[in-house]
Formats: sequence, C-alpha cells, structure tokens
Amino acid sequence: MRKITKEQVEDLAKLARLGLTDAEKTSLAREMTVILEYSMLLDEVDTKGVQPTSQTTELKNIFRKDCKVISDIDINEKLQNAPVKEKSFIKVKKVLE
Amino acid sequence: MANRTIIELNNKIEQKTITPSQILQECSQEIDRAEDELNAFVTVLPKESLEAAKKSGKRAELGKRLSKLDGIPVGIKDVFCTKGIRTTASSKMLDDFIPIYDATVVKKITDAGAVMIGKNNCDAWAHGASTENSDYGVTKNPWDLSRVPGGSSGGSAAAVAAGECLFSIGSDTGGSIRQPAGFCGVVGLKPTYGRVSRYGLIAMGSSLDCVGPIAMTTEDVALILEVIAGHDEKDATSLNLPVPKYSDKLTKSIKGKKIGWVNEFYETGLNDEIIKALEAVREVYASLGADFIEIKLPHAKYSIPVYYLIQPAEVSSNLGRYDGIKYGHSAAKSENLIDHYFRSRDEGLGAEAKRRIMLGTFVLSAGYYDAYYKKAMQVRTLIKQDFEKAFESVDIILAPVAPTTAFKIGEKVDNPLQMYLADVFTAMVNLSGNPALSLPCAFDKQKLPIGMQLIGKHFEEETVLNFGHQYEKATEKVVWRNNKTVI
Repeated sequence: MRKITKEQVEDLAKLARLGLTDAEKTSLAREMTVILEYSMLLDEVDTKGVQPTSQTTELKNIFRKDCKVISDIDINEKLQNAPVKEKSFIKVKKVLE
Repeated sequence: MANRTIIELNNKIEQKTITPSQILQECSQEIDRAEDELNAFVTVLPKESLEAAKKSGKRAELGKRLSKLDGIPVGIKDVFCTKGIRTTASSKMLDDFIPIYDATVVKKITDAGAVMIGKNNCDAWAHGASTENSDYGVTKNPWDLSRVPGGSSGGSAAAVAAGECLFSIGSDTGGSIRQPAGFCGVVGLKPTYGRVSRYGLIAMGSSLDCVGPIAMTTEDVALILEVIAGHDEKDATSLNLPVPKYSDKLTKSIKGKKIGWVNEFYETGLNDEIIKALEAVREVYASLGADFIEIKLPHAKYSIPVYYLIQPAEVSSNLGRYDGIKYGHSAAKSENLIDHYFRSRDEGLGAEAKRRIMLGTFVLSAGYYDAYYKKAMQVRTLIKQDFEKAFESVDIILAPVAPTTAFKIGEKVDNPLQMYLADVFTAMVNLSGNPALSLPCAFDKQKLPIGMQLIGKHFEEETVLNFGHQYEKATEKVVWRNNKTVI
C-alpha cells in the first residue's frame, strides 16, 4: 500500500470538515499509514462471493406508522443547548455567499 | 461499600436493617475519600442522590419498593443522556451539554428506584481502552494507582471496584465493558446486540454498540439485566423478544454442558499468567461436570483489522453531527459557515476522535470503499459464521478478556495500534453480535486482577450468566476473593 501523505490528510480533513494543526497533519499521516498497513492483513482472506454484514441479529427493515409525531418537549427546551439562537430558531452564518 | 452486593443490600433494605440513605452515605464517603485520586466520575450528584435515596427510603418503609434495585446507588457512564444533568461523553465538545431527555436505560434504572450517584468517566466518545483519552483526566486503577482501569468504561469499573457505587451502566463497542471489568476485578456483561436499547446513548459505532451492566457479581448483573433489557420503539434495532427472568436461571447445573476452547488464543502474545489462570478455570468447570471441546475460529485473528476499519467508518458518520451549530462546542470566532464547522470541530474534538474520523472518512471515500470498508464487512461475515459453526457443537466459549492485565498509565498513549490490540479478544464478539460476560478468575504476581470471558449464542445471556454464577459459587472460598483494592 502506498503511504498516506500529508496532502491526502488535508483532502480528507476537508471532506470531514475537520480543522487540524500542521503537527496533527504530520502525525495523522504517519499513524494512518501504520494502521492501514496493518489492515492489509485482510488481503489474505478470500472473500469472493461473501455477503457483507452490517446487522448481526438478522433484523429486517423496521417501519413505524407514517404519522405526525407529537413531541412533549417544548421548543425552548429543545433549543436550550444551541449556541446561537434568535426567537425560536437556531441562528447560523450565511449559507450562500 | 467495596465487596458488597446488590443482593445483600436489597435483603437488608427489605429486613429494614439498613436504609437507602445509609447506603448512599457510605458510598458518598467512599467518593469523598477516594475520588481525588481515583477520578472515576466526571460529575457527582450529591443533592439529587440524597433526594432519590430519601424517596426510596419512604417506599421501603411503606413496603412499596419498585424493584430489588430500589435504593441501590448506581453510576452512569457519561455517554448516556440524563435529563437535566450534564452529559459530556468525557469530551470538551460536550462540556456544557444538558440533555433534554433520559436515555431509555437511564429511565429504566431510575424508574426501578436505583439512586443515580454520578456520571462515570470514560475515554472521550468511548474511544479507547484505558480512559487516558478522557478530556477530564485519566481514571486510575483501584488495584494499582499507577495503572489504567481499562476502557472505555474505566470510570464505571473503577467506581464499582472501589465501592463508590454498587453498579454502573456502561457501553461496549469493542470491549469497553468487559476489558475494564477485567482490569478492575469486577463483572461486566455485553449483552447480545439489541438486547438493551441504545436510545439516548451517544453513538459511537452503531452496528456494534451494546449497553450493559458492571457490578460485583454475576447475580447482580443478572438482576440489572432483567431491568434494563427489552424492546424499545425508540431504538429500531432493539430486539423484540421476551426478557427471561435471568436471576432464576443461575443455579441450573452445567453438568454435561459443552465449553469451547480455542487453542489459537493461547499461542500468540498472551501473558503466561493469564494462560495459567484460564487453565485453572478449565479445571473448575471440569470439576462441575462440563466437557471441553476444542473449536476453531479461523477468522478471529482478523477481528482487529476488521474492527478498526468498520468502527472508524461508523464513528466518522456519528461524529458528523458535532458541527458547533445545534449543540456542543461552538467556535467563538469564524469567518463563514464552513470555517465555523472546521474550527468548532478542531477545538472540540481530541486526538483520538480526530484519528478515527480521518480513518473512517478514508475507508468510506470513493476509490477505497471496496478495498477497505466492504472487504472488512465481508470478513465480518466470516467471523460471524465461525461463531455460528462453533456454537453447533458447544454451549459456550471460554476466552481471555485481554492479552495483558492492567498496563501502566502512559505506556501505550504514543502508539495507537498497540492500544487497539488491547481489544483483540473482545472486538470479535461485537463484530458477531453475541453476548459475553467478563468476570475475575485470578490475580497475577503484581496483584492485578485477571479476567475470563464467557461468550454465548445470540440471545442466550441466560447461559452466559448461568456459567458465570456456577464458576463464582465453585470458587467462593479461593484466597484471592479476599484481596482488597489499594484505595
């Protein structure tokens, strides 16, 4: 496997909207390379035709009735943890410049 | 309160020889005495617990106790939402987060009358095997204060071992209940995936996360599981199955039952004293009439690479919600919306969370998805099939909990991969979804607890608890059971 470069770390951080310091970028490139190299162990496993597993207890899709859900939690309470508010809204910076 | 059990205290409350307030007082004294050093709690709730204990005492007087847990002090790992009580996930990102609802497990525990005494420390976001990733300082191991208690539910296990509470509710994504229970000499259960509702648990790896108890004995664990297990509409993956009365099934004989033994587990890197301890466990079970059958789990050795691809992928998705907008840390200064995300996440998240977000983003990104993520999910299938095949010939599997006993604080912090390998015997069980119990079976020469793990078939917590209890009964009189923590 090729090494994870600092540039690659920067590209991934952009996708993840994650601010990183220069030192963090350098150490992440090194650590990710080591961890991903270790995961290459899986190359020796023949997985041809094997179905992937993401659910272990054989549940199938669970549906609920498509109806209005009435919450007993008051709107102000719902907003109590929001950093910036205006009236009963969460305030964000401009989305379209 | 160290070494006392829920069963014992429940009887005393029933007989009116002790009151919930007296029990709480004893636990609070332990907290006052030990907490500066131990650091097993992020938040202690003196006022709230006093109030709850008083109410519980009234119920006891009137003969109207809600359950056997009524009046018993409990710690809750700080990854479960508690209405009106700060919930941090041990991350500065949620330093001032006050949930507006209770996690289902919290509601069930408090509805049963248990007295919430505080929120237990853990690795931030439950990422880690030592609690060293907590933004609120490391928890120390009550058997040796220079060592880690394990993780991520390290605060829960340490608090129970030190007698600060009688039990704690933890979460286990790759071993986070079982490994700290093993390091601290207490009992921890990871139930079958979905047995206990995840609603209100701050999500880490959603296909792996399990909620379970940590307590002093298997009997206590059975009692707690009866209260917290069951279907919950609010968690679509919770199991819609009847909940057995686990505490009634503990005394069944295990004569003629078959226990699986995996030779490969003892071949690489496992410390000699742990091997000896597990061999002694084998003799105990043989004396109880159980038969050992050698089984193979050929793909178990791939569980760490599989786990450390799937879990970061799920982490990177689950931590996506912490954007500094809706709740949690928000950057004081930012140039625009995108910059606000970058800065809030940079400032609020620690090194391990960042590492996992980055790994997860990598394995899910176009061009790498098939080679890493899909491959890992396919090997996960093979690991699960290994267990299914093994359970055709055995009732239960005996395994180590961790490759070592509690390690020194600082020993593994600079080497993430070394830290990840602490999960080598536990993560495979999260990948397959099976239930597994961790309980103490010996002490090593350094006077540190050694844990053993009992892995059961899907949905058969009953069998796992039965085997655990039988082992405890058979070894009731062994000398190490009288060992005392150093705090």
